[in-house]
Amino acid sequence: MVTNATSFSRSGLSDWLLQRLTALILAAYTLFLVGYLALHPDLDYAAWARLFAGLPMKLFTLAAAVSLAIHAWIGLWTVLTDYVTERLLGPVATPLRLALEIAMILVNLGFAVWAIDILWGV
Amino acid sequence: MLKVSIYRYNPDRDDAPYMQDYEVDTGGKDLMVLDVLEMLKAQDPTLAYRRSCREGVCGSDGMNISGKNGLACITPLSQCVRDNQLVLRPLPGLPVIRDLVVDMSQFYAQYKRVKPWLMNDEPPPPIERLQTPEERAKLDGLYECILCACCSTACPSWWWNPDKFVGPAGLLQAYRFLADSRDTHTEERLAGLEDPFSVFRCRGIMNCVDVCPKNLNPTAAIGKIRQLLLKSGT
Repeated sequence: MVTNATSFSRSGLSDWLLQRLTALILAAYTLFLVGYLALHPDLDYAAWARLFAGLPMKLFTLAAAVSLAIHAWIGLWTVLTDYVTERLLGPVATPLRLALEIAMILVNLGFAVWAIDILWGV
Repeated sequence: MLKVSIYRYNPDRDDAPYMQDYEVDTGGKDLMVLDVLEMLKAQDPTLAYRRSCREGVCGSDGMNISGKNGLACITPLSQCVRDNQLVLRPLPGLPVIRDLVVDMSQFYAQYKRVKPWLMNDEPPPPIERLQTPEERAKLDGLYECILCACCSTACPSWWWNPDKFVGPAGLLQAYRFLADSRDTHTEERLAGLEDPFSVFRCRGIMNCVDVCPKNLNPTAAIGKIRQLLLKSGT
């Protein structure tokens, strides 16, 4: 068993499942938005605001924003633990990786909170 | 004359590795790469490589042959010579001891980690533990591995984390014992593999399947391990 403190769920199985589940939500949301934009070529602010006024769309968008944060956390954590390692960079790697991981986590959380603020603040 | 370019490094003498060029007369025959190495060894006795059975059974002469890992003894020149040139390098990602000889300690450490032996707490029957033909058939495609390390050293995930990711060879053997009807330690084996590195660092790029000289499929075995983890962990 390899231990780790900064992965999203600390479990390989949970991370793997969540990455797939969040990918499905993101795919559905992307398809929906692309389809909506394709069907509304003369889109104006009023129609756009109406789309996001209903609770189902707010919840769908929230699910997509949270999914993006989780998906990016798991994916970027994997990239950082692959390439920012002592094996490749020497002793500087551990503090550097930790700093990058914390920055990545804060940015992800920040974007998720910002999305909530936009959805319910406008 | 066939041009052969070989990775040379003798840590006692050389500051850095270099490529040395040789020419060999193959007489137009489609020799195996190992035959060419033997001819070169006669020309230059300082050339170092591992070999033993010369028929793809022992797994000693795994090396990077014109960019693809394989066994020198069963790789014909027709499969790997381009523009009349053969390029031989040691297996990637492992420390080089000398020329084409690599230090396999890390590879064996990961093999050892999956406890590649049968564990059964029940008292042994008088003669042997029996399997049905169907149960035995589940081990086909798993037990044939010769531990040549061609797969694990072709895997980027293993290059980056050889101490944490078990790698395709180790995981194929992990599944070989998970799939064995006589083994009773399935849960314990799975618990040791559930973290984000041991199994899940596999990104499914299938380099292992592409290079395996025995045509085995570690990616499929890794998929089966994930299914078992899913079954026991959800």
